[in-house]
Amino acid sequence: MSDKASGEGIGQPVRRKEDFRFITGNGHYTDDISRPHQTWTCFLRSPHAHARIKSIDTSAAEAAPGVVAVFTGKHVADDELGGLICGWTVTSKDGTPMKVGPHPILALDTVRYVGDHVAMVVAETLADARAAAELIDVDYEALPATISLATCQDETAAQVHPEAPRNTCFEWELGNKAETEAAFARADRVVKLDLTNNRLIPNAMEPRAAIGEFDKGSGIYTLHTTSQNPHVARLVLSAFVGVAPEHKLRVIAPDVGGGFGSKIFIYAEETACVWAAAKVGRPIKWTGDRSEAFLSDAHGRDHLSHAELALDKDGKFLGLRVKTIANLGAYLSTFSAAVPTYLYGTLLSGQYDLPAIHVEVDGVYTHTAPVDAYRGAGRPEATYLVERMVETAAREIGMDPAELRRRNYIRTFPHQTPVIMNYDAGDYEASLDAAMKAIDYAGFPARKSEAASRGKLRGIGMSSYIEACGLAPSAAVGSLGAGVGLWESAEVRVNPTGNVEVMTGSHSHGQGHETTFAQLVASRLGIPMEQVEIVHGDTDKVQFGMGTYGSRSGAVGMSAIVKALDKIETKAKKIAAHLMEAAVEDIAFENGTFTVRGTDKSLAWAELSLAAYTAHGFPSGEIEPGLKEGAFYDPTNFTFPAGCHICEVEIDPDTGITKIAKFVAVDDFGTVINPLIVEGQVHGGIAQGIGQALLEHGVYDAESGQLVTGSYMDYCMPRADDLPSFTLGFTKTESPSNPLGMKGCGEAGAIASPPAVINAITDALGIRDIEMPATPARVWSALQSAAPRAAAE
Amino acid sequence: MYQFHYERPKTLADAEALLGKADDPKILAGGQTLIPTLKQRLAMPSDVIDIGGIKELDFIRAEGDAIMIGAGTRHATVAQSADVQKHNPALAVLAGGIGDPAVRHMGTLGGSIANNDPAADYPAACLGLDAKIHTTKRLIEADEFFKGMFETALQDGEIIKEVTFPHPEKAAYMKFRNPASRYAMVGVFVSKGPWGVRVAVTGAGQNGVFRVSEMEEALAKSWSPDAVAGIKLPAKGLNADLHGTAEYRAHLITVMAKRAVAAAG
Ligand SMILES: Cc1cc2nc3c(=O)[nH]c(=O)nc-3n(C[C@H](O)[C@H](O)[C@H](O)COP(=O)(O)OP(=O)(O)OC[C@H]3O[C@@H](n4cnc5c(N)ncnc54)[C@H](O)[C@@H]3O)c2cc1C
Repeated sequence: MSDKASGEGIGQPVRRKEDFRFITGNGHYTDDISRPHQTWTCFLRSPHAHARIKSIDTSAAEAAPGVVAVFTGKHVADDELGGLICGWTVTSKDGTPMKVGPHPILALDTVRYVGDHVAMVVAETLADARAAAELIDVDYEALPATISLATCQDETAAQVHPEAPRNTCFEWELGNKAETEAAFARADRVVKLDLTNNRLIPNAMEPRAAIGEFDKGSGIYTLHTTSQNPHVARLVLSAFVGVAPEHKLRVIAPDVGGGFGSKIFIYAEETACVWAAAKVGRPIKWTGDRSEAFLSDAHGRDHLSHAELALDKDGKFLGLRVKTIANLGAYLSTFSAAVPTYLYGTLLSGQYDLPAIHVEVDGVYTHTAPVDAYRGAGRPEATYLVERMVETAAREIGMDPAELRRRNYIRTFPHQTPVIMNYDAGDYEASLDAAMKAIDYAGFPARKSEAASRGKLRGIGMSSYIEACGLAPSAAVGSLGAGVGLWESAEVRVNPTGNVEVMTGSHSHGQGHETTFAQLVASRLGIPMEQVEIVHGDTDKVQFGMGTYGSRSGAVGMSAIVKALDKIETKAKKIAAHLMEAAVEDIAFENGTFTVRGTDKSLAWAELSLAAYTAHGFPSGEIEPGLKEGAFYDPTNFTFPAGCHICEVEIDPDTGITKIAKFVAVDDFGTVINPLIVEGQVHGGIAQGIGQALLEHGVYDAESGQLVTGSYMDYCMPRADDLPSFTLGFTKTESPSNPLGMKGCGEAGAIASPPAVINAITDALGIRDIEMPATPARVWSALQSAAPRAAAE
Repeated sequence: MYQFHYERPKTLADAEALLGKADDPKILAGGQTLIPTLKQRLAMPSDVIDIGGIKELDFIRAEGDAIMIGAGTRHATVAQSADVQKHNPALAVLAGGIGDPAVRHMGTLGGSIANNDPAADYPAACLGLDAKIHTTKRLIEADEFFKGMFETALQDGEIIKEVTFPHPEKAAYMKFRNPASRYAMVGVFVSKGPWGVRVAVTGAGQNGVFRVSEMEEALAKSWSPDAVAGIKLPAKGLNADLHGTAEYRAHLITVMAKRAVAAAG
């Protein structure tokens, strides 16, 4: 292998290929695209959390300058368009399917959250569209709204959908109730905790945007949009919404500026743009502004839970019992039913040998924006619950939290948990040990007393997390209610000059696929990375793909590429054998050169590529011309990234300000292709997790249902100076479930860090619990009620 | 944004004339508040008179026992001014702690106090330093200028020209930032000077910036952190929102006052 190639190989910290174009302003985001004769649109949104629409008068808007058309729910209904769907059906414990209220593209007679889409104005300019939208006269009859998660299932609570009595979409359970009850009956000790997992608003840097187009000649629709999974968008828009047949609809997701889950979903605005483009006969562009993003992007988390952990006298876990109420918002979003169920309940065993688990989850509707997957999706909620319970148990029985964890770690693999998952590999103690060493766990008491001498309260907390990534074996998810398979596809196209295009069904919106995927292909074919182009995000170019989320691009997306590369190598060897007049079995391929074993015959990659396309003298019928192979890869299992994060905080009791003094993350991601990118993913994830623990909170007014945190004036995003310098470490057990041994790293930071932070704060304050976000105000009031125990002054 | 007529006069006189002629004009200075308001379609002025090009509003002059700062002076300029740092370091620190670098390089002193955001920093300095506000029409004492949330003594067409800050003997500003907006959740400006002792609080009050006479009296007797440590303000009249209760803000006033006195030395 050449020096260059080895410097770019698997495991090398190659700088991201895409960054130069992004930081020099040469990216192509949806808003950078303009189409000939393009119009602009804006959406009139509901100012009410819940109201009946008595009438809509659009006449003044239609007559306003520059207006091309105004559409309402009636037009959508007249065209018999389907509504937005949830692609995962959850079944309640009584066997009934979840109760789904319709989710129209534009509201028909009722609005169900502040920001719900009421009308669409298409105009020559955005200013014209906005001005006209203000002229639409909607006669609303305001109705009482259901906002509170705690009371939404009351008989007296306002109903979000008549289809779902008591605002309950499903009452789901998982695990073994009888065994769990038996475990609690013989327990020496039961630890109980009520926990809140705060609502988050995703805040990708690039707001959602779309351009819908219709070509009259061909009848083909095109949607340029900010999507994490353009093929799934096309499938939903054709098969369920019915905008256009699949072969007449092209979805392009160009450069996308972050998603964190929020761009997985098929939303009303994008759908309306492509639908209405045919009606007005011109392209329609919409770029959401930040205020719209706050109101209408799918939010994340938002659980209320009660949990009980049963232990024996030695601190061995016997059983876990959980009851969770999960907010789904006003409508089901694309994957929302799966998030608080199969992505949550299945992870409640954590890293522990927990013989009995029973979890009940009520998915409920409220008059708030839909809630769906957000970085980690269900797994942060599970990890938060398990790791808060374990830490609390350790404190209550007076055992060191690390020791309690050690006593309960799973040590043999594969391990079947009581909640579906079969863990295939891991070494949990290795990451605990490494994290404790990195943070100098033994030195903590000294640091605590030194802090106390300065009047500060210091605390330490850990989190031994596990997540299920590499979503997902199609048969497994199918049996659990998924409407899709979660395999991935890839196509490797070798050009006659020897460079390579790789079409992947994964989508990069910050993950760096163009770099890591190219590293894989280049090292396998022995060519420089710059000769590899990663193509993604266009349904016309890539055959099919399930997109990027659930840390699946490496474990599933790259595995599909490996499979396609295997086929390329097989075919190339066949051609090489023919050209060098040898038997296929005697052909070796290494560092970009084909050789015949035991001879000095060789053929360079570029020569072979050209020969594949000239095809001169190929024995007819035996070798087809060309060098292009595709593959579909369906994983055999989830992957299970795991690790240990430890956080140390220092609290100023005068103000309640929490400063993160140290943060250590030790992760086992299996094989790492590019450590630079992986570290970046961990940093970003921890920043978001600390954001959840200390700063971020999506809040609606309990009465009016107005979004109180509708801008950065009130929604607190983490800034650089809120965060310490992280100390990262890695341990490694390879995943046996995919050819590269990868596990996935995109969500770990956001999953692991919140309980570590809250465990540290509750340790510092000497209290059982504090709600996230642990703002200075909350910490201060906790101190007022906890005083004088915690007063260090 | 709604449409408006835009002018960028070069002199104060021209600006006054334009303001006099227009139907429903708005002065534009650094635009850090006005532009977002316009973008969100929360204001619909007929005319926007941009005073950013008026050189006579952009100056810092130390004369005798005071510093005169032109209304058009940017926060960053105030923060970096050698004169301000020398004679009134607390004011330099305050200006340097407003928003972020982009905001500080656009936002102006005049815009800040004309806007009188209840969480803004400059009002605390004006009130805490017994500042004089000079407008195109008159001189207004800081005590008379701030009239409540987003309200000032300014009349239609009146432009702030400069603010005179007398030199303090001792002064300091302590700001507890709102975690999200980083405006002041509680900001306390303490000073000692020819005017006696002043304690001005921003961020906390429902009616904007206010003085705390109890603390002023205590500090006049004994200038020390301990003098204010025991003074608890009633929560009544203080802001309460998702970032903190009125009780918390009341508590923070004491903590920040104590720290400000300590910092002032
Ligand atoms: C992200 C962000 C963070 C911020 N953080 C802080 C903070 O931490 N602390 C803080 O104090 N402020 C903060 N600000 C506010 C900022 O510092 C500006 O001071 C403030 O927005 C107004 O100043 P301006 O020059 O931008 O005025 P403009 O926005 O141009 O005008 C504001 C108002 O004042 C009027 N006006 C302007 N100049 C005059 C004049 N000379 N005479 C009469 N009327 C006039 C205008 O008509 C308008 O009504 C922040 C702003 C932003 C955008």
